[in-house]
Amino acid sequence: MELSGGEIVVESLRREGVKHVFGYPGGSVLHIYDAFFKQDEVQHVLVRHEQGGTHAADGYARATGKPGVVLVTSGPGVTNTVTGIATANMDSIPMVVLTGQVALPVIGSDAFQECDTIGITRPIVKHNILVKSVEEIGPAIKKAFHIATTGRPGPVVVDIPKNTTDPNVKIPFDYPETVDIRSYRPAERGHMGQIRKATEMLTEAKRPIIYAGGGVVQGEASEELRTLVRELEYPITCTLMGLGAYPGDDELSIGMLGMHGTYEANLAMHEADVILCVGARFDDRVTGDLDKFAPYAKIIHIDVDPSSISKNVKADIPIVGQVKPVLEDMLTCLKEVGKNQDVTAMEAWWKQINQWRSIDSLAYEKGDQIKPQEVIESLYKATKGDAIITSDVGQHQMFAAQFYHFNRPRQWLNSGGLGTMGFGLPAAIGAQLACPDQTVACVTGEASIMMCIQELSTALQYNTPVKIINLNNRYMGMVRQWQEMFYDKRYSMSYVEALPDLVKMAESYGHVGIRVEDPSELDAAMEKAFSIKDRLVFLDIVVDQSVNVYPMIANGKGHHEMVLSPSQAEIDDAEERDLA
Amino acid sequence: MRHIISVLVENEFGALARIAGLFSARGYNIESLNVAPTQDGSMSRMTIVTSGTDEIIEQITKQLNKLVDVIKLTDLTESSHIEREVMLVKINAAGAERRDEVKRLTDIFRGKVLDVTDTTFTVEVTGAAEKLDAFVDAIGYEGLIEVVRSGPMGIGRGEKPLQL
Ligand SMILES: Cc1ncc(C[n+]2csc(CCOP(=O)(O)OP(=O)(O)O)c2C)c(N)n1
Ligand SMILES: [Mg+2]
Repeated sequence: MELSGGEIVVESLRREGVKHVFGYPGGSVLHIYDAFFKQDEVQHVLVRHEQGGTHAADGYARATGKPGVVLVTSGPGVTNTVTGIATANMDSIPMVVLTGQVALPVIGSDAFQECDTIGITRPIVKHNILVKSVEEIGPAIKKAFHIATTGRPGPVVVDIPKNTTDPNVKIPFDYPETVDIRSYRPAERGHMGQIRKATEMLTEAKRPIIYAGGGVVQGEASEELRTLVRELEYPITCTLMGLGAYPGDDELSIGMLGMHGTYEANLAMHEADVILCVGARFDDRVTGDLDKFAPYAKIIHIDVDPSSISKNVKADIPIVGQVKPVLEDMLTCLKEVGKNQDVTAMEAWWKQINQWRSIDSLAYEKGDQIKPQEVIESLYKATKGDAIITSDVGQHQMFAAQFYHFNRPRQWLNSGGLGTMGFGLPAAIGAQLACPDQTVACVTGEASIMMCIQELSTALQYNTPVKIINLNNRYMGMVRQWQEMFYDKRYSMSYVEALPDLVKMAESYGHVGIRVEDPSELDAAMEKAFSIKDRLVFLDIVVDQSVNVYPMIANGKGHHEMVLSPSQAEIDDAEERDLA
Repeated sequence: MRHIISVLVENEFGALARIAGLFSARGYNIESLNVAPTQDGSMSRMTIVTSGTDEIIEQITKQLNKLVDVIKLTDLTESSHIEREVMLVKINAAGAERRDEVKRLTDIFRGKVLDVTDTTFTVEVTGAAEKLDAFVDAIGYEGLIEVVRSGPMGIGRGEKPLQL
C-alpha cells in the first residue's frame, strides 16, 4: 500500500481502532484533513475551540478507558490545547494529541503559526514526539498510543510538520503491529513478598481503612477492589477521582475523604492503624496538613507509578504494580493467610465509625430557595443514579461528588488534579459520543459554563442530548466561600455580574432551556429535562447564594480538625466526640 | 548531601531539555550536568551532580526513571566510584617570578600547560572537584582570567558497567 503522510495519519488511527477524533482544522494540517475527507471510518468531530476538543477527547477517554484523540493545527491551535492536555495529564487520562507543525525546513524561523510545540507541552505530557520524515509518522503514532495507554496513562503529543504529510509524496506503508521501547518498561505485577507482607498487616489491623483513588478506575480494578473490601468487611473511602470505584451506596462505603469529604471518612483516616492506599497519591486536598496526617497508621501503598509512592507520605509497604493484578494477588494471599482478624477490635471500630456517621455531616436545611444540594438529590432521583455525570469546578462539583452516589467506575468525570473550569460541557459531549445509549449530565456553575460555552454549538451539530444542570448562584461560589471564611467577607471579583440569560442562550444555540426558581418545581423540571431524550436541555437552576460546602478541612488543618456546618456542629457537640 | 547520578538516555531530540526541565519544574538542585554520546551512538550518558535529602534524591531518581527517554540510571554516590572533572584555566603570568610560581603549582597539581603568551598561561587540570577547587585557591582569585569546568563525570569501580 502506497500512502501519503496525511493518509498515513488517518490509516494509523483506523488501525488503532479510533472511532472519533476531536479537532479543528488549519493550515498545517490541511493535508491530513483532506485525507479525512476521503474516508468515513474515523469520524472527525468539529469542536468550536481546541480547548473544548481536548476536554471532549478527555471525557471520551474517561467514559470508556479508550484513548481520546485530538487533531489541531500549529501555533494557536496548539496553544489552545494546553489547558486540556494539562488537565488530562494531572488525572492520568490516556490521550493522543496530533498537532500540525510548520514545514521542517522552516522550523525555528518564526514562521507563520509556528510555536515550539514540543517545548510548550513538555512539562504537561507523558511524552511527546516530533516527526521528522513521512516514514516516521506511523511508528510515532503507534508509539504514542502505546505510551498513552500503558503504565500510568497520560497524554502524548505527536507533532507533525506539514511537509511530512505532502500528498505528492507516497511511501509504502505498513502499520507496525507491535512496539518495543527499550527505555520504557512500565510495571506490571507487584512483588509477591511485598503483597504477602501487606496482606498480613491488613488482616492484623485493628482500625483498618481502605483508601481508593482514580488509579482503580483507570486500572479497571473495581471488580477486584469490591471483592477485597467485601471479603475483609473493612471501611472504604474514595477520593474525588476514585468515586464509583466502589459502590457509593454500599454499607461499607464511608464516602469521599479530603477537604470536603465526610466526617466519618476523615476521622477514620485520622484514627486508622493501617491504611491501604490503592491507586491514589496522597494529594494535598486529601491529606490536609501532612504533619497531622494519619498519625497512628502504617501505610500500604499500591501504585503503578513508583514516583507516586513515598512522594508526600512515606509508605511502610510500597507495592509497585498495576492495581488489578496486585489486588488479584492480594486476594490469593488472603485465602492463604486467612482472615484471622481481631473480631472484638473490628466491632469496636465499626461502632466508632457508625457513631461518626450518625452525625450526618452532609445534612442541610431546605428553605424557600432551592439549595444546591437538593438539586443533586433531585438529579440522582430523576436519573435513578445511573447517569454519567461530568462536572466543572467549584461548589457545584463538590455537591455533585457528595450527593450523587456513584455506583460504578467511569460514571463520574471531573477535573480533580488541575481543577479546570470549562471541562464539564465538552467532556459531557465526548462521553455522550462514546456512550450514545447512556444518559449524560453536566453539573456546572454559571461561571464555569461560560468557559467553554461555545461547545453548545458542537452539541447541536453532533446531536449529543446532554443535560446541563447549572447551579446558578450568581457567584463564583467556591471563591466566595473562601472569601467569606478567610478574607472577612471581602468578595473581591467573585460576583459574576452581567450574566447572560442562559435559557435564551441555550435556545439561540438551538437547544431547550428551562429556568427553575421555586423548590416545589424542581423535581418536575428535572423529570421534564430527562424526558426529552433527543435534545440538549439547559436547566438553569437559581439556587440559594449563601450556601457553603461542608464539612471542610481548611488549609493547614488535619483530618481531625475538620469543620462541620454550623447546624451539624451543634449535634456533634451534644454527642461529644468519642475518639478511639 | 551531594549525589552524582549517571543517566543513560536515548540520544534523541529533546532528551536533554526533558531532563533539565524536570529539575527546574520540580525545584530540584542541579549543580552541574554534562552529556555526550557513549560507545553506542544511540545512547548518551549524562552525569548530574545534585544535592538534597534522601527523600528528594529518591524522588529525583524516580522522576528521572519515569521519563520515557531515560534508559537506566545509577546514583554513583551509593557505592565506590571514580569522579573526574576537567578544568581549563587562563592565568595571569606576567614576570619571571609569577611564571615560575604558576608553573610550579601546575606541576604540583599534575596539570598541563596548554598555551603560553608573554603574560598568560593556559592550564589544564583534571581530578575530583575538590582538587580543582584547591588549584583555583592556590592560584588566587586575582590571578584567574578565565575558568572553564566540565562538571564532574563519574564511573563505578569494579567490573559492573551501567548498561542496558
Ligand atoms: C480555569 C480556572 N480558572 C479559575 C479557577 C479558580 N476557581 C475555582 S472554583 C471557581 C468558581 C467557580 O464558579 P462557578 O462555576 O459559578 O461554580 P460555584 O462554585 O459557584 O458552584 C474559580 C474561579 C479554576 N478552577 N479554573
Ligand atoms: Mg456559581
